[in-house]
Amino acid sequence: MATVIHSAPAGQASAPPAPERPRRRAKSQYPYWFYLPAGVVYGVLFLVPTVIAFYFSLTRWGLFSQEFIGFDNFVQFFRERALVTGLKNSLIYGVLTSALKVVLGLLFAVMLTSQIIARGWLRSVVFFPVLVSTIGVGITFVVLMDPQEGLINEALALVGIDGPGWLTDPDLALYSVALVDVWKGVGLATVIYIAGIVSIPRDYFEAAAMDGAGAWQRFRNIILPLARPATVTVIILSLIGGLRSFDLIWAMTRGGPGFSSDVIASVIYKQYQAGFWGLSTAGNVILFLAVALIVVPLFWALNRKQVEM
Amino acid sequence: MIRNRRRPAAVVAGVAVSTLVLAACGSSGDSAEDANTLTFLVDNTELSVDLAEALASAFEAQNEGVDVQVETRPQGGEGDNVVKTRLSTGDMADVFQYNSGSLLQALNPAETLVPVTDQPFVDNLEDVFRQAVTIDGEVYGAPFGTAMGGGVLYNRAVYEQLGLEVPQTWDEFMANNAAIEEAGITPVIQTYGPDATWTSQLPVLGDFHNVAAEEPDFAEQWTAGEAKFASTPAAAAGFEHLQEIHEAGYQNEDFASAGYSDGLEMLASGEGAHYPMLTFAVPEIVAQFPDQAQDVGFFALPGDDAATNGLTVWAPAGVYVPVTTEGDKRELAMDFLGFIASPEGCDAMTEVASPAGPYLVEGCTLPEDVPQAVQDLQSYFEEDGRTTPALEFVSPVKGTSLEQITVEVGSGIRSAQDAAALYDEDAKKQAQQLGIEGW
Repeated sequence: MATVIHSAPAGQASAPPAPERPRRRAKSQYPYWFYLPAGVVYGVLFLVPTVIAFYFSLTRWGLFSQEFIGFDNFVQFFRERALVTGLKNSLIYGVLTSALKVVLGLLFAVMLTSQIIARGWLRSVVFFPVLVSTIGVGITFVVLMDPQEGLINEALALVGIDGPGWLTDPDLALYSVALVDVWKGVGLATVIYIAGIVSIPRDYFEAAAMDGAGAWQRFRNIILPLARPATVTVIILSLIGGLRSFDLIWAMTRGGPGFSSDVIASVIYKQYQAGFWGLSTAGNVILFLAVALIVVPLFWALNRKQVEM
Repeated sequence: MIRNRRRPAAVVAGVAVSTLVLAACGSSGDSAEDANTLTFLVDNTELSVDLAEALASAFEAQNEGVDVQVETRPQGGEGDNVVKTRLSTGDMADVFQYNSGSLLQALNPAETLVPVTDQPFVDNLEDVFRQAVTIDGEVYGAPFGTAMGGGVLYNRAVYEQLGLEVPQTWDEFMANNAAIEEAGITPVIQTYGPDATWTSQLPVLGDFHNVAAEEPDFAEQWTAGEAKFASTPAAAAGFEHLQEIHEAGYQNEDFASAGYSDGLEMLASGEGAHYPMLTFAVPEIVAQFPDQAQDVGFFALPGDDAATNGLTVWAPAGVYVPVTTEGDKRELAMDFLGFIASPEGCDAMTEVASPAGPYLVEGCTLPEDVPQAVQDLQSYFEEDGRTTPALEFVSPVKGTSLEQITVEVGSGIRSAQDAAALYDEDAKKQAQQLGIEGW
């Protein structure tokens, strides 16, 4: 999380005014071996397990024994009906949360960079949900979304609407969780956008003012194109987050009712819980490949256009 | 910019510091272990913790200088994770409580647990429990708590008011439901809230006596991969009953979000008449609703034939000793297991929690004033041939997604026949993982 907040504004700052980049590259104050401790930690705790995981995904792996079974785990995983739902749900979830975070994040950022009352306070309010524990948010919304006694449906009842079973209706559960995810995550997107908008040189706005551009034209022709690096960052981050999201879904529905809000990550977790460690590892490899296959080309396409601009 | 340049150094320093802290944590840990101290890991339900504390203090009182420390872990799948992980990393408590039957099999007892086959207390165990903790000829545990019945908890006040009789067949049960609904009372309580999905399995798991009555070899053939739920009408009946209840609209309105304690409250208050459940709910009802506890009775899940009507029995969880408990400590642990499986142990448990059924240890007795539901349960044990251990105690093969599948059937998302087939598919994974022939 922390690295995201740090690197994003720096990226934006360097993108539009070109000359800054070479200057920063040229002079690193510290020798490379300073990175060694971090490299070792990363290697031992991340790279090595990742490589080992590829092997274990080919085994039937229990408490003390493992048996090499080739690609049986993958075959089993793809035969599982829950996985197909999970794959579809992960895509819906990732795309939906990502899109909403882009739209809402941009709107909030425009509002919070304009001259409005209590701007600092409002910025904190928007960012606040990001700081709260995901599990806590999940449990809170389970209570709020209770079909009979939840605050949301009670409020709807006051205006004469019979609220749905947000988390208990199999057609609705996934979308309800996605909305909570957006509520919780939009603050981060907003901050990234604020950094992007603030780093747009004032000259553009002054020039536009001279030409008599209105608010809409300023948004359409200056903010939207020049905040593009921020858009790319938000899309990529929230898409990856959405595709592999687990904690919120687990806290709110456990993939239920039945299997209707299962995503890949929750299917994998359930295999692990059941003691099917090889199968669960195979699921993780599939998740890894799926995220890579979606995000890498997307990242490449988005960044290529950025250079052309 | 200046601030930006500093950051990498800060990060590196931070990582270095945290590695040092981690290393420091690793090296402290298990020093100063006392041979007279036992750690005892149990699940974190109130009942389990009460029983464990009672056993611990009674054992301490009997053995001077001994200290038993109760630790807790989550229930259900999360708890399975904790137990499996701690066993595989050699980090298990000195003694621990865990399910008997098929779930125990998945712990690979031959490699992870110390057999208790030679211990004198094993002779005092009733067969139902001994079978549930015996794997490849070795016995592994002492019973934690009492045996339970899986069937229907019902509200006797409602039955009395409407002049109903305890049903012996499924048709009689559904006729009762119709009458109860007419009276404006919820006929069947179902609770599919996020933490209570397991309760949805009872109509299927509790029906096993009826399955075995019709197909005596089912367990054996199921283990061998020859019999399936989908292709055995008696076995698929459990799923079908659940579907019938949903289609008739007999469930409480909030079945999709209600939790386990909501279910107990509805039952005790008479807002709902039937709750398919294990009798292990009885102590909790007694504790939470002391005034209404005598209103709650129990009957076995009715099947097709009144003549073979009987009860599906759950063996209690076991207390086990992992191989990582060695030397003097292992002896102390064995003494503790022996104490648990003795009349003194049973009495210590009875003192803190009203029993949910008979203890499976010779010489253990139930108090005179057991709750009504437990009396009802006892009556099944008194006649021969009216009890059958649940499938999970006679076969190692149990699918892990049954609760999601039964939630789907009970919510009308999936048909009973489709669900039975899906469960067969689900069980296959478990069987393959255990390396059982025929799957």
